[in-house]
Amino acid sequence: MASDTFYLRQTPLVVLLPPRARAGVLGWLRANLFSSPFNIGLTAICVILIAWVVPPLLRFLLVNATWSGDRAACLPSADNPHPGACWAFVRVWLSYFVYGFYPIAQRWRVDLFFVALAFGIGWLAWLRAPRRDVAALYFFVVLPVLSLILLCGFPLIGLPGVSTVLWGGVLVTIVVATVGMVCSLPLGILLALARRSQIPVVKWLAVMFIEFVRGVPLITVLFMASVMLPLFVPEQLSPDKLLRALIGVAMFASAYMAEVIRAGLIAIPRGQYEAAQALGLGYWRTTALVVLPQALRVTLPNIVNVFIALFKDTTLVFIVGIFDFLRTIEAARGDPRWTSPIVSITGYAFAALFYFVCCYGMSRYVHGMERRLARRSG
Amino acid sequence: MADIARSSAARPSRRHARNIGNLALQVALVAIVLGLIAAAAHNAAVNMAKANIAHGFGFWNNTAGFDISQALVGYSASASTFGRAFWVGLLNTLLVSAVAIVLSTALGFIIGIARLSHNWLVSRLAGGYVELIRNIPLLLQILFWYNAVLKSLPELKGSVTLPFGGFLNNRGLFLPKPVFAPDFSAVVIALAIGVACALALRIWARRRQERTGEQVYLLGPTLALIVGLPFIVFLVAGKPLTFGIPDMGRFNIRGGLEILPEFAALLIALSVYTAAFIAEVVRAGVLAVPAGQTEAAQALGLRSTTTLRLVVVPQAMRMIVPPLTSQYLNLTKNSSLAVAIGYPDLVQVFAGSVLNITGQAVEVIAITMAVYLSISLVTSLLMSLYGRMVAVVER
Amino acid sequence: MVQGSTDAADEKARPEVAVEIAGLNKWFGEFHVLRDINLNVARGERIVICGPSGSGKSTLLRCINHLEDWQTGRIVVDGIELNDDPRQIVAVRRDVGMVFQHFNLFPHLTVLENCTLAPIWVRQMPKRDAEAVAMKYLERVRIPEQAEKYPARLSGGQQQRVAIARALCMNPNIMLFDEPTSALDPEMVKEVLDTMVGLASDGITMLVVSHEMGFARQVADRVMFMADGQILEINEPKAFFAHPQHERTRLFLQQILH
Repeated sequence: MASDTFYLRQTPLVVLLPPRARAGVLGWLRANLFSSPFNIGLTAICVILIAWVVPPLLRFLLVNATWSGDRAACLPSADNPHPGACWAFVRVWLSYFVYGFYPIAQRWRVDLFFVALAFGIGWLAWLRAPRRDVAALYFFVVLPVLSLILLCGFPLIGLPGVSTVLWGGVLVTIVVATVGMVCSLPLGILLALARRSQIPVVKWLAVMFIEFVRGVPLITVLFMASVMLPLFVPEQLSPDKLLRALIGVAMFASAYMAEVIRAGLIAIPRGQYEAAQALGLGYWRTTALVVLPQALRVTLPNIVNVFIALFKDTTLVFIVGIFDFLRTIEAARGDPRWTSPIVSITGYAFAALFYFVCCYGMSRYVHGMERRLARRSG
Repeated sequence: MADIARSSAARPSRRHARNIGNLALQVALVAIVLGLIAAAAHNAAVNMAKANIAHGFGFWNNTAGFDISQALVGYSASASTFGRAFWVGLLNTLLVSAVAIVLSTALGFIIGIARLSHNWLVSRLAGGYVELIRNIPLLLQILFWYNAVLKSLPELKGSVTLPFGGFLNNRGLFLPKPVFAPDFSAVVIALAIGVACALALRIWARRRQERTGEQVYLLGPTLALIVGLPFIVFLVAGKPLTFGIPDMGRFNIRGGLEILPEFAALLIALSVYTAAFIAEVVRAGVLAVPAGQTEAAQALGLRSTTTLRLVVVPQAMRMIVPPLTSQYLNLTKNSSLAVAIGYPDLVQVFAGSVLNITGQAVEVIAITMAVYLSISLVTSLLMSLYGRMVAVVER
Repeated sequence: MVQGSTDAADEKARPEVAVEIAGLNKWFGEFHVLRDINLNVARGERIVICGPSGSGKSTLLRCINHLEDWQTGRIVVDGIELNDDPRQIVAVRRDVGMVFQHFNLFPHLTVLENCTLAPIWVRQMPKRDAEAVAMKYLERVRIPEQAEKYPARLSGGQQQRVAIARALCMNPNIMLFDEPTSALDPEMVKEVLDTMVGLASDGITMLVVSHEMGFARQVADRVMFMADGQILEINEPKAFFAHPQHERTRLFLQQILH
């Protein structure tokens, strides 16, 4: 042992690259797919699954698909015995899917609304954009007024009125989602603050509203808004169908938003309140200047998550007779001139693509934001 | 000094003022809420009188007069009441929710664990499933399964014949219906005895391990007791079970067990959709157990299955149970989308048919909401009890 | 020198070298984290390993009970060669106790259950015997009165002492300590170090990754300095601290002693 006791390295070792079998593509394959018999079995099952699902799916959606023509072109024929998706159907009906029965001459107003909305969302979503406070003002005040004038019409300035009965498709889906968002954020903040209030009546009213709405399915809230609401107001004030659904969606979203924001409020350390009070700020100033900005920043990912859920939930207005995007697909699919199983599948595939692109895009955005937040705090 | 004196003198009076302000606010709020309710009630009374709609819950005992395609308890359009229809709808909601909960839990756990796999392909596939399914609205998925898949099955004439005498067509799935002879109760008793014995065996094995340290593997004996024993009794009793084979007529299928396409579509969509969320819950729960826990167990010489069973799973389950329950609640609430495809659940039967016939929107919607609300409240009560129990255990 | 509870026949069979590491190389991806490590640890020897963070000292320790895999080289622990065979790995782990920087106690089990888990499930000990052994070691680390509590109720120092007791319950021949005091509040470091000094006087083989130089002076047979994944210097504590030979060692000692 004595000879072993002392050791001194004279020359530093060179840094070597890992042995080939353990690195590179082969090493990666070995470690990730073929590390044990069990893993090899799993890999084989997955490969079989992919081979079973993906080629027929691609064949249906792309290779054998019909890209133009009418219904007859989509049916099995001599030169296309196994027809794929009927994209011709989507082409023919596309403008209906986007605008519903909105008068063709007035559709530029819808396009303008889409542009104005996209501008607002882009401004708000780009975290390093200049003057995001102005963006918020634009999104929550200017945009709603502008949209109302644009879409419903304002004869005084030469925009003829367009009844909401004619609205449909993506337009309605976007309107429902946006109204839900624009209303639920301020209402959610108020409800969350109320739930944390020291004043018993305020607190209990908020708790009752939030727990009630969260305890029942959205569809019953929509039923309530569409069937009960007209009973509760004088006949001449009875809101139109779309407005009733919007009220239901806004109520529903507010309750969920309130809980998300409340979680953010709870996360604010007590020291922040104490520091603000020590500076002589009252309740409203403490809340508006110190607490809310921080709470909203940490809950931003969850706010977008609520919005993703809301966006998917807009499809439920379908059930109370509103022509949203999904309902227009259903209507077109059921058109006797087109109806066929392949047309149905194509319609649903198109709808799924639309919702997936929107929701997945938003969830990627949330993911990026969460990583940003984690980096900043870590 | 003067400042301090003044501020301390000012403080009580300011607090006093604030208290009065708060009180006034509360009184005003209560007044506003009560006023709104009164106005709504008044308007409702006027509007309903104008439309000639009755009020009160008297309709409950009136004859319903409409058909329901699936009823777990006896129901007929001409003899049953609206109250009976309510129970039929509620039972259908509970049936589809319960079965979907079982299926989505199984699928969700498999996919959640697959997402954690070291096998790149497995975890990617599971991740793809989760992202695809949860970013497409449930209603769209229900419509897809119903209209594009089940309703495009062949008509009655071209029914797909399944093994053991079943049929599949666009009217549903028709399976042999088990008919239990009276002797079958012996099998049930045998099963009960088997389960009891398996439990007793488990307790005995644990005692023995505590005493001697020896471990016994119980999978074989447990299976023998729970599956083998009832099976032997079944054979001995002379197979007291026959199947009512569905009989294909010219216009319909008679006999057998009929599974409506509405039920199947809703069940598949709910299970597939909720499984994606459960998978995320499971993954998050397992990831919440620090890697150090596994390392510590392994450093003590525990094998990886034992480590999972004794260290990882108990900790992960505590993280999983509360969000899992809220997924079950979501599933139950989502089952109300049945109305879109006409599965006779509570909303379709009650808030749909009954509302249309009676026109009593306020009462009908209130009852429907009360049902979901009580399910939610009972569940959250149970969850808060669970939370307190877990907290006590770890103190 | 060797622990009292193992029987004499066993003792003779055991080799004089407790841990033998030869030509060990490990990469994390492309990063060469352990470079040509050669080390023999004699039975009953106590080695303190120090070095800047990221030098690979914890990784080296974690290779000895195969918590980390490596690419080339061999490790023999108590005559058992570690390879991919799970049985060999479990056999080594039964024999090697480990104490972690962050304790890693099982929060869902009481202190006593933490200590009896492995004896019951790995050594197949009757529960009563396992509890007796556990109480013996809990007394040894001077917290028998906390046996029924859950770890969350204990202070950091107490938790680390439970972790030591938990490892000792398996009756290990070799103990690995991975920075056992660096996650502790200063006032709790001493109670843990005292426990470890007590262990050292029992003659158990110890490998300790630590920056507690007082501890190294007091109990170490050899002190080892690692940097950039290589062993730069090994010496007896007196010489190591008085006349560090390698320039990096001198620099390191200057930094941590002041």
